[in-house]
Amino acid sequence: MLSEKHLLGLEHIKKSDIELILDTADSFKEILDRDVKKVPTLRGKSIVNLFYEPSTRTRTSFELAGKYLSADTINFTSSASSVQKGETLKDTAKTLEMMGIDAVVIRHSSSGAANYLCNHVKASVINAGDGTHEHPTQALLDMLTVRERKGTLSGLKVAIFGDILHSRVARSNIFGFTKMGSDVYVAGPSTLMPVDIEKTGAKLAATVEEAVENADVVIALRIQLERQKKGLFPTVREYCKFFGLNKDKLDLAKKDAILLHPGPVNRGIELTSEIIDGCQSVINEQVKSGVAVRMAVLYHLIGGSR
Amino acid sequence: MKKLLKGARVIDPSQNTDTTGDVLIVDGHIAAVKDEIEISDAKVIDLSGMIVTPGLIDMHAHFRDPGYEYKEDIESGSMSAAAGGFTAVACMPNTNPPIDNAALVQYVKSKASKAGKIKLLPIGCVSKGQEGKEIAEMGDMAQAGAVAFSDDGKPIADSALMRKAMVYASMFDKVIIDHCEDPFLFEGGQINEGYISTLLGLAGIPAAAEEIMVARNILIAREMGTRVHIAHVSTEGSLRLIRQAKSEGVKVSCEVTPHHLTLTEKAVMGYDTNAKVNPPLRTQSDIDALLEGLKDGTIDAIATDHAPHHIDEKDLEFDKAAFGMVGLETALGVILTHVVKEGVLSLNAAIEKMTLGPAKVLGLDMGTLKIGAPADITVIDPNRVWTVDKNKFFSKGRNTPFDGWRLTGKAVLTMVDGRIVYSDDAMHNYS
Repeated sequence: MLSEKHLLGLEHIKKSDIELILDTADSFKEILDRDVKKVPTLRGKSIVNLFYEPSTRTRTSFELAGKYLSADTINFTSSASSVQKGETLKDTAKTLEMMGIDAVVIRHSSSGAANYLCNHVKASVINAGDGTHEHPTQALLDMLTVRERKGTLSGLKVAIFGDILHSRVARSNIFGFTKMGSDVYVAGPSTLMPVDIEKTGAKLAATVEEAVENADVVIALRIQLERQKKGLFPTVREYCKFFGLNKDKLDLAKKDAILLHPGPVNRGIELTSEIIDGCQSVINEQVKSGVAVRMAVLYHLIGGSR
Repeated sequence: MKKLLKGARVIDPSQNTDTTGDVLIVDGHIAAVKDEIEISDAKVIDLSGMIVTPGLIDMHAHFRDPGYEYKEDIESGSMSAAAGGFTAVACMPNTNPPIDNAALVQYVKSKASKAGKIKLLPIGCVSKGQEGKEIAEMGDMAQAGAVAFSDDGKPIADSALMRKAMVYASMFDKVIIDHCEDPFLFEGGQINEGYISTLLGLAGIPAAAEEIMVARNILIAREMGTRVHIAHVSTEGSLRLIRQAKSEGVKVSCEVTPHHLTLTEKAVMGYDTNAKVNPPLRTQSDIDALLEGLKDGTIDAIATDHAPHHIDEKDLEFDKAAFGMVGLETALGVILTHVVKEGVLSLNAAIEKMTLGPAKVLGLDMGTLKIGAPADITVIDPNRVWTVDKNKFFSKGRNTPFDGWRLTGKAVLTMVDGRIVYSDDAMHNYS
């Protein structure tokens, strides 16, 4: 059992809870390789995927995770719903509550939306990405992928680079990996680096090269091309030159280093195609870990009796 | 009609007095303040153990009337003010329509006098329609009773407009009050920029967004020899600029709110929208600097920035929630408990910042217990321990971060022109 009813982020989660989720996810991975991918664990439970932002992989991943565990899953996307009619998040939540939902998976553009939601529903709330705050299941699946390859998370050098300021993936990964004993280095344009980032426990590298050097794990973030229009970096060309990762830069990492990306990738921008499709890339494994981690989270939050 | 306030500690910063004695009110005016007054035909109010001060003046509040009466109206705002011990309140003009002409100034004045509680001091818009483009009819509004001008709520980005406004308002001996905020640095900001904004993933508002405009206003005031008042100062840097300017003789004044004196950015953790306010709650070192500024006189006034909102505008995702908090009913208690009690500021100095201080900034002959002055009086029970309960507010707004706080010190009786406009349970015999 997890010590919390909700999964809002990794900042406040206990290390033992992370370990429990990862261990459970490990065992669920086997189900994904079966011919008949269905276990009755969450039969009779219902989960709603409340997605206020477009998402393919996270939503599909949660949906399949629920279905493989025999839960009833419902998708709710803001473009085809009462949100279009001006309904507030609170009212939507109340409505879903009355329909007897056990878990709400929420993706929302406002930081803190999941925290807000759990004040208004009795169901378990799972944060599937809130604004520029956290994306805990992404970090958990990253940790699962890394642990599988490296055997441990402790003592690893993890480099995270790109738009740290607007990245919920970066925040959750910083909290998660540092909690598990990794050394996390961040790098990116100074205009996209949040203030006091080092107070989180991450170390600030001056360049991508410095962050990547001798790293065991390299996590690239997706750069939102809209940021360029706001003048946060001058051109995509210059961004690639200083903050894009190519084979030469990746070679600064340990020989057996692995490369992660939360997707979807801008090919040729944050990563060259050569390394996306190269032997160090575990981007496809991450997707599989994603389903397993979400199964584990759902199982622990609504599987037992609380 | 005569009233005799008996046996109170009478503090009047305007005369630099602090004595125990009696106050006689005749026909709505202060008739005498003496050790002992013997008179047979007055209604006697026993105030032993209480403090009598000039009526508190709030130079920065939002009554939302006309246009946003669902948030607050002049009646509820007046009652809220009276209950907080305020006898005069300057109201910001960011209503709908904005108060940018004499007719609207007269509307708020007449509605306030109909409400019959406190003295409403209207602030007029600097620009027509509060659009930040052309200066409004400040002369006409001044004649109709506007006490100052401000585009509060929509900071003046255009420095040329600011300069024209300051110079123009000076003809009528009125001050421009500016909410200092650089719109480009502010853009999309939610809370103070710092570690908390990094943790919560909320867009930060840098201190420089305020300080740049403080510096700009000081530079214009210096060059033109005009006055300017800086609303709700929130950063150490702003204070440093103002202190320096004052020492050089620039005619700049400023105010601070109780919430900026007592709460840090940490109050928003957990995404508490009741702590979402603009300017944002800052850091402990900013608080320390603000307290120092009160002590050394850099800060002229304590003002509430009372900003009521409907629950539906606050019970939202953080970035969708409105900025602002109510303050009229908590200001005195918060100041007495957390600013005065801890020995940072003397009681008399605190009273001064809530009476004479704002009166001077606005150029009003108020905030005094001088013989002949209107009997606007606040009676404070300095020992009253009470718990803030937002559901008991007279204001329509419930948006406060102070709900549940235990405070010591409260206004128990408020008089305007010698009339009791508010009395707390313990004083009900007299109302």
